[in-house]
Amino acid sequence: MEQKEEYILNVENLVVDYVTNDGVVHAVSGVDIRLKPQKTLGLVGETGAGKTTTARAILDLVPDPPGVIQQGKIVLDGKRILEVKTEEVTQGSQKKMVKKRESLSSKEMQEIRGNLVSMIFQDPMTSLNPVLTVGEQIAEVIAVHHQGMKKKEAFQRAQEMLELVGIPGERAGEYPHQFSGGMKQRVVIAIALACSPKLLIADEPTTALDVTIQAQVLDIMKSLQKQYNMAMLMITHDLGIVAEVCDEVSVMYAGSIVEHGTLEDVFERTMHPYTEGLFNSLPNIHDRKAMLKPIPGLMPNPTDLPPGCAFAPRCSYACERCRTEKPQPRWVSDTHLIACSAYDDPGFALKGRDER
Amino acid sequence: MSDYILEVKGLKKYFKTPRGRLHAVDDVSFSIERGKTLGIVGESGCGKSTTGRTILRLTEPTAGEILFEGRDITKLSKGEMRRLRKDMQIIFQDPFSSLDPRKTISQIISEPIEIHHLYSDQKQTLARVSELMEVVGLSRRLINTYPHELDGGRRQRVGIARALALNPKFIVCDEPVSALDVSIQAQILNLLKTLQNELGLTYIFITHDLSVVHHFSDDIAVMYLGRLVEKAPAEQLFRNPVHPYTRALLSAIPVADLKHKPERIILKGEITSPINLPDECRFSARCNEVQEACRTKDPPLIEVEPQHFVACCRACEFCRQD
Repeated sequence: MEQKEEYILNVENLVVDYVTNDGVVHAVSGVDIRLKPQKTLGLVGETGAGKTTTARAILDLVPDPPGVIQQGKIVLDGKRILEVKTEEVTQGSQKKMVKKRESLSSKEMQEIRGNLVSMIFQDPMTSLNPVLTVGEQIAEVIAVHHQGMKKKEAFQRAQEMLELVGIPGERAGEYPHQFSGGMKQRVVIAIALACSPKLLIADEPTTALDVTIQAQVLDIMKSLQKQYNMAMLMITHDLGIVAEVCDEVSVMYAGSIVEHGTLEDVFERTMHPYTEGLFNSLPNIHDRKAMLKPIPGLMPNPTDLPPGCAFAPRCSYACERCRTEKPQPRWVSDTHLIACSAYDDPGFALKGRDER
Repeated sequence: MSDYILEVKGLKKYFKTPRGRLHAVDDVSFSIERGKTLGIVGESGCGKSTTGRTILRLTEPTAGEILFEGRDITKLSKGEMRRLRKDMQIIFQDPFSSLDPRKTISQIISEPIEIHHLYSDQKQTLARVSELMEVVGLSRRLINTYPHELDGGRRQRVGIARALALNPKFIVCDEPVSALDVSIQAQILNLLKTLQNELGLTYIFITHDLSVVHHFSDDIAVMYLGRLVEKAPAEQLFRNPVHPYTRALLSAIPVADLKHKPERIILKGEITSPINLPDECRFSARCNEVQEACRTKDPPLIEVEPQHFVACCRACEFCRQD
C-alpha cells in the first residue's frame, strides 16, 4: 500500500489498557490517526479522554506496567515502530487466540525519539531537570543524536536553539528556576526541536501558562513549525487553540475518536452530539446573557464503559440502539468522519449550535 | 442611590520579602452593588487572589478601608469579624486541596453551621446539609463519602454548598472553575448564576479566563501588577477596551470560531517582578504603545466615559468615541 507513504504518522486501531487492581482501565479503545507531513492535527477532549495515552503510545512511552498496548499498528515516517495483533493459532485440535507484538528495540526507539519525533509535555516546571543548566539540557539532546560532536560545539548549538525561541543565548548557563513559566516552556520547545524532528507532539503545551504568554508561545510554535517543515500533533482541551493552530481536528471521548475532520468540518458542520455539547458549553462571546448549555452528567468510568456508545448516557439524542451497539465510524464526506449511530436514520440532524 | 454592599477604598497589601517589599495589591478601590457580580481578571501574580482574600480579611490589609454594608471591617475585632463571616464567604480554586480529606461531605458542609451554632440539634443540621446538597445538585447518597471519592466538578459543588451553608450575602469566587473541564465548567457556572438569582447573592468573581468573566460578570476590573488598570461594565469593556494591556489580553483569548478571529496583539516579555517597583507605569516594560511620559509617573485611574475607568497616560487617545 503505497498510500501510507504520504503520512508522517499513521496509527491504526490503537487499543491501550491500564491493568490495575481496581479493574482494567480502557484508556484508548481503537484510535486511528493519520497525519500528513507539515500539517497540524488537533486532538481535543476532556480529562481522561485518552489523548495523552495515545500520544505516549506513539513514542512507546506508555508506562508498562500497568499500561498494555492490546492492539494496534503505528507507522512513523514509513517505518513501522509497533504492531500488536491477535492471531488465531491452531495447537493440535484446539484453536487459540495469541497476541503477537512486533516492535523496535529500545535502542532503535531511542534513535527515533528526539530525532524523528519529539514531544513537549504540559508542565514546563517538571519537564526540565532542576540541577542542570538549560544549555546543558539542550546540548545533551544534540550530543546524543550526533555521535562524536564536541561538547563545546553542542553547547554552541544549544545557544542557537535558545535564540531561536527568543531567549538570549547568554542565558544558556542559567538553571530552570531562573526562568519564568513561559520561558521554561520555550526551553522545552528548544530541546524538542534541537534535532529538527519531522513530527512534534505537543501535549497541552500552553495549559499552564497565562493567556498573553500562551499567545507568545503559540506564535513561536507556529513560526518554528514553518521553518522546520514539521508536522504537529497538538493535544489540547481548548477548542480556541485548535481554531488557532490546527488544520485538522479529532475529537476524543472516553478513548475513542468521535468526530474527525478539517477545521471547517468540525467547527462549522459539527455532526457529533458530543462536539456540539463542547461548543455549547463555551461561554458565548457574542451574547453575554445566554445561559450556558452544559453537557449533563460526567464522563463514564473508564473501567466500566457502557456497552453501546460511551457518550449515550449523556447524549440528548441517544436512542435505544446507541445504548446497546457500539457506533461504527463512518465517512460523511472525503474529510469528515463521525462515530454516531443516530445518523443511521437519514433524517437525523443536530438541533444546532448557538449562534455565536 | 446605588446600594453598594461592598466598597473598597485605597486597599493595599504589601508583603515583606528578603529582596524588598512586594506590592501584591497597591491602592485598589472599587464598589459592588448588591446582587451584582464584579469580575476581577489578570494573570498569575497580578494580585487578584490577594485582593479577594484581603477583602475577607483572610490576610490583613496593609492600608485601606473595606466597607461592608457601610461598616469598615478593617477595624472590627476578631469576634466581630467572625460573626460577620456568616455574610461573607469564599469558594476556592482548587477543589482538590480546599476540602479536608479526612472529613466526609456531610462533615465538611456542616462545619460552618456548627461553628456558628446555627442550630441546636443535630437533626436540623443534617436536614440543612441535605437541603444544601440538593441546592447544589449533589445526590443524597454521597453524604457520607470522602472528597477523594468525588470528581473535580462534584468537589467544587461541595465547596459551594459549604460557602452557602450560612446564608451569606456575599461570596468571593476565586477561580472556581479553572480546574474543571469545559463541560463541567459550564455546569458550575450555571449553578452559580442560578444561586445568585435565587438567593440574591453578590459575587466577586476572580479569574484569568476572559470569556468566562465576560459571560458571568456585570462589571469587570482588570488588574496588572497590583494595580487596577481598567474597570468598566462588562459589555463596555469588551466593546471598547482602552488600556493597552486589556486590549492585548482580549486579543490573546483563543476563540473557538473560524469566522471571528481577532487581530492578535503579542506582548513583549513577561509580567515584571512586583518587588521594589519604580515610579512609572507598571505596564510600560511590556507595552507596545509606550511613550516617554509613561516612564515618569504611575498614571491614576481616570473616567474616560461614564462608568469606564482607565489608568493609562494615553487613555484619552485610545478611547473610541462613539
